[in-house]
Amino acid sequence: MKRLFYSIPIMMTAALMAFRLGQAQSTLPQPPTDDQVNAIAKELYCPVCENIPLDVCGTQACAQWRELIREKLSQGWNEAQIKQYFVDQYGDRVLATPPARGLNWLVYIIPPVAILAGVYILYRAFQSWKQPAPEALPQETQPSYSDEYVMRLEEELRKR
Amino acid sequence: MEHTSSQVSDSSAEARKRPRWGGILVWAGVLGLLAILALGLRRAQQGPITVGDKVPNFSLTTFEGETINLTDLKGKVVVLNFWASWCKPCEQEAADLEAAWRYYQPGGEVIFLGVDYVDTEPEARAYLEKFGITYPNGPDLGTRISQQFRIQGVPETYIIDKNNVLRSVQIGPYRGYEHIRSTIDPLLGE
Amino acid sequence: MVANLGYGALFITFLVSLYGVGAAVYGVRKNAPAWVDSARNAMLLTFPLLTLAAFSLIYLLVNGHYEVEFVASVTSDSMPTYLKVTALWGGQAGSLVFWVWLMSAFASAVTLRKWERDREFLPWVIVVSLATLAFFLVMIIFFENPFARIWSVPLGNPVVAMFPPAGAQLLTQADGRGLNPLLRHPGMIIHPPMLYLGFVSFVIPYAFAIAALVTGRTDDRWIRITRRWTLIAWLFLSLGLILGGRWAYDVLGWGGYWGWDPVEIAAFMPWLTGTAFLHSVMIQEKRGMLKHWNMVLIILTYDLVIFGTFLTRSGVLSSVHAFAQSAIGPLFFVFIGLTFITSISLLLYRWNDLKAEAHMTSLFSREALFLLNNLLFIAILVVCFWGVIFPLISELATGQKVTVGPPFYERATAPLFAGLLLLMGIAPLAAWRHSTFQTLGKAAWKPSLISFVTPVYALAAGVREFPALLGFWLVSFVVFVTLSEYWRGALARHKKSNESLPVALWRLIGRNRRRYGGYVIHLGVVLMAIGIIGIELFQTETQGTLAQGEQMSLGKYSISFDSLAVFDTKDGRNVARAVVSVYKDGRYVGELHPRRDFYYESQQPMTIPGVRSTMEDDFYVLLVDWQPVSTAGATFKIYHNPLVNWLWLGGLVFILGTLIAAWPDKDPESVAVQARPSGYAPARA
Repeated sequence: MKRLFYSIPIMMTAALMAFRLGQAQSTLPQPPTDDQVNAIAKELYCPVCENIPLDVCGTQACAQWRELIREKLSQGWNEAQIKQYFVDQYGDRVLATPPARGLNWLVYIIPPVAILAGVYILYRAFQSWKQPAPEALPQETQPSYSDEYVMRLEEELRKR
Repeated sequence: MEHTSSQVSDSSAEARKRPRWGGILVWAGVLGLLAILALGLRRAQQGPITVGDKVPNFSLTTFEGETINLTDLKGKVVVLNFWASWCKPCEQEAADLEAAWRYYQPGGEVIFLGVDYVDTEPEARAYLEKFGITYPNGPDLGTRISQQFRIQGVPETYIIDKNNVLRSVQIGPYRGYEHIRSTIDPLLGE
Repeated sequence: MVANLGYGALFITFLVSLYGVGAAVYGVRKNAPAWVDSARNAMLLTFPLLTLAAFSLIYLLVNGHYEVEFVASVTSDSMPTYLKVTALWGGQAGSLVFWVWLMSAFASAVTLRKWERDREFLPWVIVVSLATLAFFLVMIIFFENPFARIWSVPLGNPVVAMFPPAGAQLLTQADGRGLNPLLRHPGMIIHPPMLYLGFVSFVIPYAFAIAALVTGRTDDRWIRITRRWTLIAWLFLSLGLILGGRWAYDVLGWGGYWGWDPVEIAAFMPWLTGTAFLHSVMIQEKRGMLKHWNMVLIILTYDLVIFGTFLTRSGVLSSVHAFAQSAIGPLFFVFIGLTFITSISLLLYRWNDLKAEAHMTSLFSREALFLLNNLLFIAILVVCFWGVIFPLISELATGQKVTVGPPFYERATAPLFAGLLLLMGIAPLAAWRHSTFQTLGKAAWKPSLISFVTPVYALAAGVREFPALLGFWLVSFVVFVTLSEYWRGALARHKKSNESLPVALWRLIGRNRRRYGGYVIHLGVVLMAIGIIGIELFQTETQGTLAQGEQMSLGKYSISFDSLAVFDTKDGRNVARAVVSVYKDGRYVGELHPRRDFYYESQQPMTIPGVRSTMEDDFYVLLVDWQPVSTAGATFKIYHNPLVNWLWLGGLVFILGTLIAAWPDKDPESVAVQARPSGYAPARA
């Protein structure tokens, strides 16, 4: 079973490579650059150094992981395949955010729900407050703007 | 001063009564949070799983593709060693573990299992080759086994008796061949 | 000897705290002021006692008393003296001593104030402070004792204990294990004490809030007394966060300043609620509204402080910052539970006494906008809290760990931060009480149009990212509105009283330092926003291996690898230091020395970047790896961080603004009284 899992992508890659070679004989496969490796590593988290992205983690384990990414890239794997490989090997925790399924939906649902609830409560509060008390109505006189500003400023500065 | 304030406000604003569901919601939230913290704390405090507990089943798929279930190993003493190729202290005990395995293998009473924690396959294979390790080893897929045992690092070794009960935990490398032997031998006669 | 002295001082302080709590409660019960005075003296006595304890520990650290386990674990002979002193907060046990010492200093200082008008608060402030102190002392004395020594016993392994087991001998080690290298950076020397100061000083407003709830004196007196304390607490917390960011940028070598690590967030959460509190108390002071909400916010802030400390120190979360697993978890949990439950019970008990004295009259008034600001802060808090707590829930529910990393926080909070910036621009234009859509629109349309200058300029310069353009618009909007507040105020004064403009500006600020200091803080925030937009949206990076003399480029910059030297230093490091020449647009602009330090004592490597810093951008070079024969080549990672320096500049302005706002008046009490015309009752007129 396990062997099957390893071998299918390899076979597919081999087939793909053969196809590519047949198509364009002249282009030699470029070795993946550090930047290509880091672009993927940036979005992965190694359990050995929690909360530090793989591209900047200094441990030996992480260095090995980056080499693994390089190897997979040179085999022609794409980013999604490599990430999936890491998830299969080491679990969901390698991803920067939990995959949206099962219980993990809560991660994405709770904050918006809570914020909307907050908006609703605030809205209700405004509704209940908005019974204009007569003395609080703005005076509809139109003094020159600067005077009104000075008035307001004085009022604001006075009440400390 | 505070008395005047309440008199003034009586006329201008009716006291907003606290809605009952609000109180209930707040208490539910706080107690829920405390419960989560308590459980999380207990988990953190427990450390590795406790000696004397029955070990839940796990399955290890070896590098050779063979799948081994703990339940299938009933009647044997299981030495479960967590290691990684990037782990320097693991190298200290690797040869001794292999020597112990060769000692017990003919008797058929003891099985050694190596779980490769957060490692990459080529380096892991090179490590096994370097130390000539012959007992079954496999990657910890999805870090499931290590999470089940709540390991805190590598190497750690768990010895499970013939009834799948955890009998001994070694954090860090064994001090030598004799140390391994002296931990396993008492479990054989049972 | 000194260890016994320190331990004894701690123990006596513990007894004194217990006595103080008892005496204060008894004094209130029996209506006996003498007992309350005695409790007050107990409070004041804790400070000299804890000073003695802290200095004993510092003495042991500086003089290399390695028979004390804590000393051996954080210092070594090769460390300079100042680092030996700062090692006090380099480990769990010592940092707890430091913590109680600071807390006692703050609580004593507040106890020394004149209490004539607020006698009824005094006993309860003492009870809250001393109970908290006593709890931390229990943790130190019984679980994390920094004075415990190492004893060799006739049979078995050495024992760590305060008092010698039977037949034991002191075991003096030749040298200690030394301070964690990550903590040897100047930023890390100041960063933890600042955070601690921020944390402990929030005890003061919390204690007053609880006192107000217990006594039922629910006017805004507690807020007025603690206003400055809250600002100071907030100042230290902000400083701690900014310094922490700077430390990460300089030392951790990931080209960033903030990693959304759970422990960073734990310190950020009380800052969020604290900031919301600082804004919403103004509504209570001016309008007598939101009394419940302010209580909720200060309780939340304090509880988040305790919660954050718990997360960091109990081993519940694993993180780069977390202290190792320790025994204080369960005790701390009990304390958290008690704090949460007592505060909430008290608040609900007094709920109906906390009546508003006025109504919200307009959706566009300043108080309404302040409420929106509070909503946004709380929304950010919800995101942060949930992100921190979810992995715990997931692990408990499914047994599998998950990572909630930066992308989650960034996506969720970016719009909320943008909303805060917008409010920061609009709110100063709105009047208290009676703004309408028309008046607000009339005040806002000009600055909002003028602010299009920056995004248009950026567009012309080739920036196409919408978030960046929006960000630049928001930034200039806030800057424009804020500066015009100073301008119009100073101009009005200048016209009215013939003061010269600078004098008018100076006196204007002097008349309401909180308001104008607050605007300086806003300016600091937008400057920081420029830096954050720059590094978050425009950071580029590349990595490559260079042979000696070879070049590699990133955008306008290129580097060439000149040389690399590997050597040992006297303080126990192995240093690999590269020399690279930096070229900008092909012109030589200088040399950088990225290096990798390896600490022998702790077997830890540390990556120190070489940074060329200008207001336009930072060029940040990391030495990733090198060949044993250095000429063969070395691997460098280079980052281009546009505008990031504005972040630090903004941080300075931010702190300056907070200092202006918190600067003490000559005599705050009397000034506050004089400022009122006779017959005028503030806030509830």
